[in-house]
Formats: sequence, C-alpha cells, structure tokens
Amino acid sequence: MSADAAAHHTSTGLSNVKLGMWLFLGSECLLFGGLISTYMLYRGRVGEGPTPSQVFDIPFTSVSSFVLLMSSLTMVLAVSAAHKNDDRNMRLWLAVTGLLGATFVGGQVYEFTAFYNEGMGFTTSLFSSSFFVLTGFHGVHVTVGIIMLMSLVGILKRSKVPGSKSETVEMIGLYWHFVDIVWIIIFTLVYLIPA
Amino acid sequence: MTMAHDTTTHDTEHGMSNAGYVRIAVILAAITALEVSTYYVDFGPFFMPALMIMMVVKFLMVVSYFMHLKFDNRLFSWLFYAGLILAITVYVIALSTFKFFVS
Repeated sequence: MSADAAAHHTSTGLSNVKLGMWLFLGSECLLFGGLISTYMLYRGRVGEGPTPSQVFDIPFTSVSSFVLLMSSLTMVLAVSAAHKNDDRNMRLWLAVTGLLGATFVGGQVYEFTAFYNEGMGFTTSLFSSSFFVLTGFHGVHVTVGIIMLMSLVGILKRSKVPGSKSETVEMIGLYWHFVDIVWIIIFTLVYLIPA
Repeated sequence: MTMAHDTTTHDTEHGMSNAGYVRIAVILAAITALEVSTYYVDFGPFFMPALMIMMVVKFLMVVSYFMHLKFDNRLFSWLFYAGLILAITVYVIALSTFKFFVS
C-alpha cells in the first residue's frame, strides 16, 4: 500500500506515521532546549578548568558542521530518489548520508579526546559537564540516525521494507534533518558565541 | 516527454527538483562560511545579531525545504512549531529567572 493510499484511510487524511514523527520532533525541541539552556547558564562556570576559548578548535568544528550540513543534502536526494522509485540512487544517497554522519561522529570523538587530554573531563567544571551532556546527546542522536540509515540500506537491498518504502525513507530523513538543525543551533550558540 | 512530465510531477508533489536542493545546500554552505568568518573578523555591535539571524535563516531553510514543511500539510507545521515555540517560551522564562539576560 502506498503512503498516499494509507493516508486516505486515516481520519485526518494524513499519514499517521508522519503525524507521529512531527509530534516526536516537536517534543525533541523541548529536550534539546533544556540541554542548550543548561549549557548557556553554566558556560561561564569553568572553575579551575579550561575556558571554552582555550579548548575549542573552530576550524575543525566548522569542517564537521559543513560535513553534517552536506549530509542533509544527500539525505534529501535519497528521499527524492525514493519518491521517484529510483532504488539504486536511493540506496547510494542513504549510504553516503550514513558515511558523512559517521565522519561527523568520528570528529566528535576526536574532539572529546582532545578536550580530555587538555584537562577538560566530564566532571572538571559545570561548563564541561553541560558541554559534554549537550554535544554527547546530539552525538547519540546522530549515531542512532546512522544505525537507522545503514539498517535501511540493508533492508532495502533485501526488498523487505514493510509498508511504503518512500514513506520509510522520508521519516528517517525527517529525523536526520532534525539532528542537523539542532547542530545549526549548537554550532552558533556553543562554539561561535564566546562565553 | 512522458518521463519529463513524470519527473516534474514528482518534484511538484514532493517539494523541489534535485537542482533546487543543491542550490539550497550551496546557500547554506555560504551562510556557514559567513558564520565562521565572524570568529576571525570583528563585526563590532553587529556580531551577535548577525550570528542569530544567520542561525535562524539556516534553521528555517532546512525545515522549509529539506524537511518539506513549506510544501506539506499545515498540520505538520503546527505540530513542530508548537513544540519549538513552547520550548523557546519555557526556557527563556527559565533563563530569565536565573537573570541570564541581565548584563
């Protein structure tokens, strides 16, 4: 059954899966809003640990941000291919999106390790705790997205997608873009605005 | 002709053409480069407003075009922006109680 056909059987005429996903993303705004607010409140509380300007590597994080931004482009191209029933390009763009996401997470692991070596551990200060919780939560979201993308590529290859294929790709796409918009905010508020 | 028509129909139904998405991505990359430039160039009093405006523009472009909210049913926009506005309201009030906005 296609997504449109499934949608016509609901009371709203819209896909319940899509409604649920947007509701979930709306609630995620509250989760990340809380984490960002906590960081903003504590970013000046460095104690005896390093300050943000001492540890942040802006050129490195800028490249990571660019990689994640471009993964949104490859994701939307995968969704576009899915709507056109172009299975080959859909799988290709999904795999590229996963790889770009993995590059971003790899960069984050490198960054965390560098911070730790420079004396900024999780419990060093209120700034470091709130920073690691915020960016760590985001990193977990990206990792979950990568797992979903790679699982989808495998399932698509075996043609075992339950329900509408294009809708499944679109839902994972919405989640992925959300992760990207959260990083757009984190990059500006956490990295570019000095404490 | 038929294929071209089919492609156009799909693009119209689901948002934009692939070339359109690439154009949006180029604009987003350019704005990101501008954002990063604020770290190296002194923008004076325009530093904070410029960064906030660029952040909001990038956010809205991804939500509107890549997430298709601009082309989709309005109920989806309501669900998402209700959560977003609720989050902003709650946390601005919370930060205000801690005198975050007092210089």
